[in-house]
Amino acid sequence: MSDVRLLTGGEAVAHAMRQIEPDVVPVYPITPQTPIIQTFAKLVADGQAHTEILNVESEHSAMSAAIGAALAGARTMTATSSQGLALMAEVVYIAASMRAPIVMAVGNRALSGPINIHCDHSDAMLVRDSGVIQLFAESAQEAYDLTVLAPRLAEHPQVLLPVLVCQDGFTITHSAEPVTLLPDDTVRGFVGSYGIPHAALDAARPTTQGPFAMPDYYYEFRRQQAAAIESAGAIFDELARELALLSGRELAALEKYRLGAATTAIVALGSTAGTVKDAVDELRADGIRAGLLRVVSFRPFPAAAVAQALRLVDSVVVLDRADSPGGAPPLRAEIAAALYGSRRELQGGVYGLGGRDLHPTDIRALFAGATPPYIGVRGETCPA
Amino acid sequence: MAGLRDWHELPAGGAVQPAEAPRTSTGGWRTGERPAVELAFCVNCLLCWLYCPDSAVLLDDETFTGFDLDFCKGCGICAEVCPVAAIEMVPE
Repeated sequence: MSDVRLLTGGEAVAHAMRQIEPDVVPVYPITPQTPIIQTFAKLVADGQAHTEILNVESEHSAMSAAIGAALAGARTMTATSSQGLALMAEVVYIAASMRAPIVMAVGNRALSGPINIHCDHSDAMLVRDSGVIQLFAESAQEAYDLTVLAPRLAEHPQVLLPVLVCQDGFTITHSAEPVTLLPDDTVRGFVGSYGIPHAALDAARPTTQGPFAMPDYYYEFRRQQAAAIESAGAIFDELARELALLSGRELAALEKYRLGAATTAIVALGSTAGTVKDAVDELRADGIRAGLLRVVSFRPFPAAAVAQALRLVDSVVVLDRADSPGGAPPLRAEIAAALYGSRRELQGGVYGLGGRDLHPTDIRALFAGATPPYIGVRGETCPA
Repeated sequence: MAGLRDWHELPAGGAVQPAEAPRTSTGGWRTGERPAVELAFCVNCLLCWLYCPDSAVLLDDETFTGFDLDFCKGCGICAEVCPVAAIEMVPE
């Protein structure tokens, strides 16, 4: 008997946290992440999960406490958004370099300024190069599934890195949909018990954590960290297959939607893919060979699989919900690198900053012709 | 850089095990002063051992024996806390 509930993305992730039952959750509230920790705190207060929630004074402290807890030997989760992630960014780099397997929910929200609370991916992209794993959900259901998977990926002995499970602010965090929960025992069995190679509070094997590294060793630690996230791709694939067997739901680093015989493919992250799928279906009904490639695992980026998935299309349109002013936006830069030398026609545009909607008509226009550099902004003219 | 370990030989995240640090001599610089002890006056209270920020006080089991100048930075705390003035900071 499956457990289907009407849940927002925030609530769905809170239920995943209840089932995972982390030992420690240091957290600071921020819109649109707040419903995650608010729901989880209520579940803990109601005795449905035994977790120590630390109400810290800032996100900088939240991630600092999370590192201490995770390396002391406690399974640790947290959550943030936008300015919170920006304030935390310094410590996110340290969490990755100290190989702290922290799972963090991110309710993606624009960065100030102007101050704004709505969705884009600028916050996640701010820590793109920190060494953390970044997974982008399309729906509340997928945010739940990825959160269940995340501790196993973070804690894998070849990985030992923070995992950020990103869901679009409001579009997913605050929108209710039917979400099928796995049985509690299934989740607990899947995630297993927490263990890291060098727990700081193992009195029998004391360690110094986070030492200073001079030029003779810093570079080796950075290389080791790069190797860890490189290995996370194959491990994610294995875990996704294992979880899919339990849930009956597909889970993968890339989703290929109607790419067979497609001549033009859109590439996107997150909830926008749902809108693109509707547009693709309409276009296919009109005989236009449209398709979608949705990237779930942005870090590590599955470049070889992207190149393979797009090998038969003529043109690719990359949608970025974050900008890199003065340069190529992040997803387009990845796709361009993955397709280098393949002679695919590559276009792309920024869209949806600060919660601006992207309508099916906008998407149909992208399949029909040239892509403006900034899609859906007033005053933009298409370079047709 | 002979003798240094490759990246794949390092513990994940630099979690340093006990007895690894002594391979590195950190006392290459000092303030210009080092502690000198008159063992005849020492009452073995071990305050210097407790206060030393660099673990540079050597013990034989529980008995004070002197200083490890590979780690001493010459801060003078040991001389300051010694209740019987058995430790004196002397120029290098």
